[in-house]
Parts: sequence; C-alpha cells; structure tokens
Amino acid sequence: MTFVLAPFAAVGRSTLAMLATIGSVAIYCALTLNHLLRPPFYFREFLSALLAIGYFSLPVVGLTMVFTGGALALQIYAGGARFNAESVVPQIVAIGIVRELGPVLTGLMVAGRVSASIAAEIGTMKVTEQIDALVTLSTNPLKYLTIPRVLAATLVVPLLAAVGDIIGVLGGYLVSTSRLGFTPAVYLTNTWDFLEAADMVSSLAKAAVFGFIVALMGCYHGMNSGRGAQGVGRATTNAVVSSSILILASNYLLTELFF
Amino acid sequence: MIEMRDVHKAFGINRVLRGVTLTIPRGESMVIIGGSGTGKSVALKCILGLIRPDTGQILLDGEDVARAERDAFLARFGMLFQGGALFDSLTVWQNVAFRLLRGRLKRPKAQAREIAIEKLRRVGLTPETADLFPAELSGGMQKRVGLARAIAAAPEIIFFDEPTTGLDPIMAGVINELIREIVVEMGATAMTITHDMSSVRAIADKVAMLHNGKIRWTGPVAEMDDSGDPYLTQFITGSAQGPIEAVR
Repeated sequence: MTFVLAPFAAVGRSTLAMLATIGSVAIYCALTLNHLLRPPFYFREFLSALLAIGYFSLPVVGLTMVFTGGALALQIYAGGARFNAESVVPQIVAIGIVRELGPVLTGLMVAGRVSASIAAEIGTMKVTEQIDALVTLSTNPLKYLTIPRVLAATLVVPLLAAVGDIIGVLGGYLVSTSRLGFTPAVYLTNTWDFLEAADMVSSLAKAAVFGFIVALMGCYHGMNSGRGAQGVGRATTNAVVSSSILILASNYLLTELFF
Repeated sequence: MIEMRDVHKAFGINRVLRGVTLTIPRGESMVIIGGSGTGKSVALKCILGLIRPDTGQILLDGEDVARAERDAFLARFGMLFQGGALFDSLTVWQNVAFRLLRGRLKRPKAQAREIAIEKLRRVGLTPETADLFPAELSGGMQKRVGLARAIAAAPEIIFFDEPTTGLDPIMAGVINELIREIVVEMGATAMTITHDMSSVRAIADKVAMLHNGKIRWTGPVAEMDDSGDPYLTQFITGSAQGPIEAVR
C-alpha cells in the first residue's frame, strides 16, 4: 500500500513545503513593511547599502543596457523593414526600453549582483553566530540588517533604472545613427516627442518594486540560511532564483496594472 | 538569580532538553559540562530567549523571561560566543563599543571609543588593535575582543560559550584566568558551558553536568572529583569506558 501512496506523499510533501515557504516569506515581508519606517533607524548601514546596491551596480546596468538598446534597434529595423516601417525605430526602442527592458533588466542584473551578496553576507553572519550576537547586544537583526538594505534598494533601483533607460536609448541611438542611417537630431526628437510621462512613471514604479523584492529575498534567504558553507551557498542560489522569478512575475502584474 | 524549571526543548524528533532544572544564585559562577550535542548551547540560548523552550519556565530574579521586556532584559546580559561572533564589517573598537554606539546606552563616539580602549586594555590588548578589523586578529585575540565586548556595558550576568575552544593550552589558561578575574571583579553572575576540564577548575564555583537532556549532577567544584557519580567521573577522567557511550 505504501508503495502505491509514495508518489502522492511526495507530491503532498513538496506542496506543503512550498506553501510553508510562501507563508514564511509573506510573514517576513509583512514584518519588514511593518518596521520599515519605525525607529530606531541605522543610518550608517543605510548609506553603505545605498553605495553597495546603487553606485556599484552602475557599470553592470550600464553595460547591459547599452548592448540591449543597440540590439533592439537592429531587430526593430530588420522587423520594420518587412512592412516598410523602418522609421519607427526610435519610438519602439524608447517604448521597449523605458516601459519594459530598462526596469526588468536592471532588476535582474541587481538580483544577480545584490541579492546574492546580501544572502551570502547575512547567511555567513548567521552561521558564525553574528546574528545571535546582535540579539544579545539588544539590536533587532531585522532593523539592523534587513530594513536598511530593503529601504536602500527600493529607493535606489528606480534611479538605476532611470540611468539604465537613458543608456539603453543611447545604445539604440548610437547603432541607429552610425549603422542604420538615421539623422541624430531627428532620432532624438522622435524619441523625446513620443515618450509620455506615464512611461517614465511606470518604469520607475516597476524598478522600486523590483528593488524591494531583490533586497527582501536576499535578506530572507540569508536569515534562513542552513549551516555551513553548503547552507550559505544554497541560500545564495535561492535568493537569486527566487528574486529573478518574482521580478518577472510581478513585472507581468504591474504591466497589466499600468497598461 | 537564574532559575530553569523543568525546561523541555525538541527539534523535530530530536529531544534535546528533557526537563532541565537548575538554579544559578546571584554572583556565582556556574559551569555546565557535558559532551558535544548534549544540549548545553540550547540551554544557554533558551535563557537568552534566542530559542523558545517547548515547556517549562525560566526565571530571572523571579520574573518569567518570556514575559520580560526584551531590551531591558537583554541589557543585563553579556555573552562571549564560541567563535567570537565579531562583526567583521566593523573595527575592533566598534565591535567592543557596539552597545554604546546605539540604542538605549548610546553615548558620544569619543566616549564610547575611550571605554572600548579601556576594556581592550583590561583583556590585555593594546590600543593599537582598536582600529584593526577582526579578520586581522589571531584566534586568541578574537576571543579577547569578544570578551571585551561582553563586558563593555558592565552586565550583571555573563555567558561564556566554550571560551577555550580552538585555543592552544597556554592561551586557554590565559583566557580562563581573565574570565575568573573579570567575573570576580565585576561581581557578575556567570554561566559557562564547556567540555574543557581546565576551564571548569579555573572558572567554576559550581558545576552542573548535563547528560541526555537532564542535569545529571550538580555541586561545588571542590566536590566534583569525589562525587561518586560514574557519569561525571568518566567525563572528568576522559575515559572511553563507562556508562556514557563513546559513539553518539
């Protein structure tokens, strides 16, 4: 009998485990939101998180976006040529980068860079009892470690995405003017005239949500890291995977909302 | 005074504490001994509130720990962790003065640094070490910094988790002596968990032996050698033969 039930039990076990994880992430998220703007506030930690998450991610985000913008221009030119619509390159690059690729790729690159490093750092702190030490020193680890990082990421990832948007459009501009024969002034005017404030707002709003997700997942998996090097390694992987998936899923929901 | 009354704690099917009852009078130094995995650390973390016991009560001066106001409660404790647990993003003096730089004991930076340097000197470290990072220190020095951090805010109760693990015998002796001196000097209540018998003899007023999730024997350190308890005797002599299974 157990032989027959084994596969069902396995499915049940993993379903229960998944539901338990969703529950504990939700509780962690609620706790974070609850403490987000309440004192004590650790300003030094906040500043160093701003620097680590924002400033040091600039090169990665910039490079990603310049190449993406360039490739997008080429693809749209090729696609547009099939129905004599090559001239829409500036408009489609602008809309594609600002509304979609800018925030999503920024979010994903930051997920790879930042949520991994947060999870590894906090996971190592947990394994070496530094989290316990924080508690015995009357400091709430949630307030000292999680809040500054989550707040910093939520504020700074929109800025990164804005810079990314500009660099992405610039990538399209460079390729279009040098390879596809567009006139620089016309390209810029077309881009500028076509974009609406709502496009920028949706870009920034998405990025803020992605920043929140990235830092929250890094902190959550770090705090729940298993023992030893393997535990920290797994926490790091989980942080990157879960934040990437959540970014893509929430991107769809947000697009649906803004559309 | 710390009292544990019939404290139970299980992790899944692993019943770690099976009814621990223990009293540590104010100003005394209690050392808990026992093999690896007998629940010494869990007992200590239960008192600190890092782990919540399944059943049983823990009282501090008659007040239930579970109902105490956390900040005020923790402000009375200092703890030296097994691996030091120093924050590696902060310098040595910032580690020592951690409590003095934030929260209810916050004071000006210069003053906190002065206190930190004074505590570092107390544990035998020169002021030059103050601006180093923990990773730049040897194991013995890290233990000293951990000790300095534990005593920085003049706590009433100090916990030592395996204070001599990973140190050479001479350094272990030095740390033991320091702990003894500091506890006497501050008049603090101390609770140490260890399996190093030289620590026990140097630090303890009283000894309790934890075995199988229960207190097996407790009494003054002077009576430890003639206790007549086969478990305790085996542990003290480090014999492979006896009632305690060597393979756990």
